[in-house]
Amino acid sequence: MWSGRQGRLRPVGCVVEELRCRRREREAALRKARREQQLISKRLLRDDASEEAEGGCVAMILGETEIQHFLRLAQQGTEEKERERALVSLRRGLQHPETQQTFIWLEGSMRTLVGLLTSNQALLQLEAARCLHELSHSEQSAVAEACLPATSYLLTYLSGHSSDFISPHLTVLEALGYALSQLLQVKEAPEMIIPSVLGSTLPEHILRLLQPGPKLNLGVAVEFAWCLHYIICSQVDNTLLISHGGLSTLGLLLLDMAGAVQRTEDTGLELLACPVLRCLSNLLTEAAMEVVGGQNQLEDERVVAALFILLQFFLQKQPSLLPEGLWFLNNLTANSPSFCTSLLSMDLIEPLLQLLPVSNVVSILVLTVLCNVAEKGPAYCQRLWPGPLLSCLIGTLAFPDIEVVGQSLELLQLLFLYQPEAAKDFLQQSGLQVLERHQEEAQLQDRVHALQQTALHQ
Amino acid sequence: MQLPPALHSRLAGGPGAAEPLPVERDPAAGAPPFRFAARRVRFPREHEFFEDGDVLRHLYLQDVLTQVTEAPERPRVPEFTCQVAGCCQVFDSLEDYEHHYHTLHRNVCSFCRRAFPSVHLLDVHILEWHDSLFQILSERQDMYQCLVEGCAEKFKTSKDRKDHLVRCHLYPADFRFDKPKKSRGPATPGAAVRASAEAPRDDGEQSGGDAMEVCSEHAASLPEPVGERRTSSHRIPSTICFGQGASRGFKSTKKKKGHQ
Repeated sequence: MWSGRQGRLRPVGCVVEELRCRRREREAALRKARREQQLISKRLLRDDASEEAEGGCVAMILGETEIQHFLRLAQQGTEEKERERALVSLRRGLQHPETQQTFIWLEGSMRTLVGLLTSNQALLQLEAARCLHELSHSEQSAVAEACLPATSYLLTYLSGHSSDFISPHLTVLEALGYALSQLLQVKEAPEMIIPSVLGSTLPEHILRLLQPGPKLNLGVAVEFAWCLHYIICSQVDNTLLISHGGLSTLGLLLLDMAGAVQRTEDTGLELLACPVLRCLSNLLTEAAMEVVGGQNQLEDERVVAALFILLQFFLQKQPSLLPEGLWFLNNLTANSPSFCTSLLSMDLIEPLLQLLPVSNVVSILVLTVLCNVAEKGPAYCQRLWPGPLLSCLIGTLAFPDIEVVGQSLELLQLLFLYQPEAAKDFLQQSGLQVLERHQEEAQLQDRVHALQQTALHQ
Repeated sequence: MQLPPALHSRLAGGPGAAEPLPVERDPAAGAPPFRFAARRVRFPREHEFFEDGDVLRHLYLQDVLTQVTEAPERPRVPEFTCQVAGCCQVFDSLEDYEHHYHTLHRNVCSFCRRAFPSVHLLDVHILEWHDSLFQILSERQDMYQCLVEGCAEKFKTSKDRKDHLVRCHLYPADFRFDKPKKSRGPATPGAAVRASAEAPRDDGEQSGGDAMEVCSEHAASLPEPVGERRTSSHRIPSTICFGQGASRGFKSTKKKKGHQ
């Protein structure tokens, strides 16, 4: 199931150090762009890609007549090669915003493109998909509106083949998913595009494409998972997605991904895990989730097992995704005695503690999750101490980061409150001395003093 | 990170939620100067929390885009012919053949040889075209089901169904899932109306609608019940077309081999 994508995800052969260096530069550029709110701009992708494109081939701006000419050739040409070439020329022209504008305003052009996307000539289909790629880079919301009706129709056509996907269909589906993900990032998307997406059959299609099973294709799933993320984090109508079984589908997908990690068929899995975790975490914050025992809930403790398998995978392959995984764990455990109990009964506290040294953000999240467990009361704290937790806490109290220390203090308070014997142990482990270091710190001192009092008066 | 061995077997086990330990809170918990309160957190799209994951996504996209803008080499094989009876299409790549076979030879109606993109659409076709009981029943009740799987709507006529598809499911106004067949004798009474001599065409050709003109816009989708008047007030460009008579093969002669 996952193996079909291996070829695409292997990096081009190159000197390893040069590759790493280049990747660091690209990463730095992307971070900078994101902070300047420019990352979502497809311009950044387009500029990079066109610089690397085959040299000596400058794309020209196409006018109406030329677009019509190429479309006609693509549709009616007698030679397959001729039709292909026409589409290639069109695609190159579509790299220009002017051409994109002309294209979408030209009557019948979108319909023709849709026809080519569903052509029974594989190469035309693929080339048409590349044209769609280009269009999806447009900054103009008008292009988004032009592409959107076609998407629902195309998904129906492509989903009809879901019993036996073949490679051109998969490529078209992936292109479609990518195009949709770009359209959903347009500035006006929450007001203009997402409502109509939610009002169509697209959500059902998207969720169907994310169902685990032998038909799941990683490349396609990645694109549509990102689509779902952009929809969900725009907070337009997430209840609708829940009512379509979004939580259940994504939860099962998470289980499936963990299974893939276990079988070490996990190449590129982090690309899918990231948006799926985001969707799940954000969906859990919907009011509909507050109804205990209601429909469409996420209650299966296998989700916790799957998450930890993914956390271990992240630790080895992509530590930058640990915070997102832990965010999901926070949302699972915050209001759920059941999931907190699962953490305890499945012996997951110690693995959690092993993540503390990774980074400050990770430490804070781990401590927050532990607070979620501890705040449920004595029955829970009795399972936290005796145990390795206390000495780890004394360790985090010594971290240089104020927020980490602050969160450690919160956890200590809960532990002392519900498990008073822990305070004695704390004293024996020279915890007071560690606390003293922070007595003068403005943000910490009140809590430090309170804990010192509590510990001393046990 | 060491995971307990039982975790893996838990994953393989059945669904279930842990019976929660009793919850018993003290009001002093999280009280000032402390501040902890367990709560779910949501992040909007632009939040800096997403920076790392977004960067990862874009690194991947940059790689993919580079590959997309380059046309990949297709592996070629010695030419071979499609083995389906009556189809003479020739191929020099397995990918093309796979695509051809899947589009034209699967989900084929055994009555009229039309091919459909999915089993579902084939089933609907057989019901509406080759089941005489359908014709009778449809005069009395709504029998034309919406083509979108999961939508339970049914309609009196195929036109109504088409309007629904266009309006509610955003289908293009001129969508079609099969072409009217060439005149070779009607399979059902209803089909006699469409015995227009329509030459088989490559799906990509745009004939300006002349091949479709004698048929109503709904001949494009599925037939109306016997007795209903057809109207052909709309020109139907054949830009989108799925089901085609499998026996037609491809019109162009460039790749035909020997016999036909």
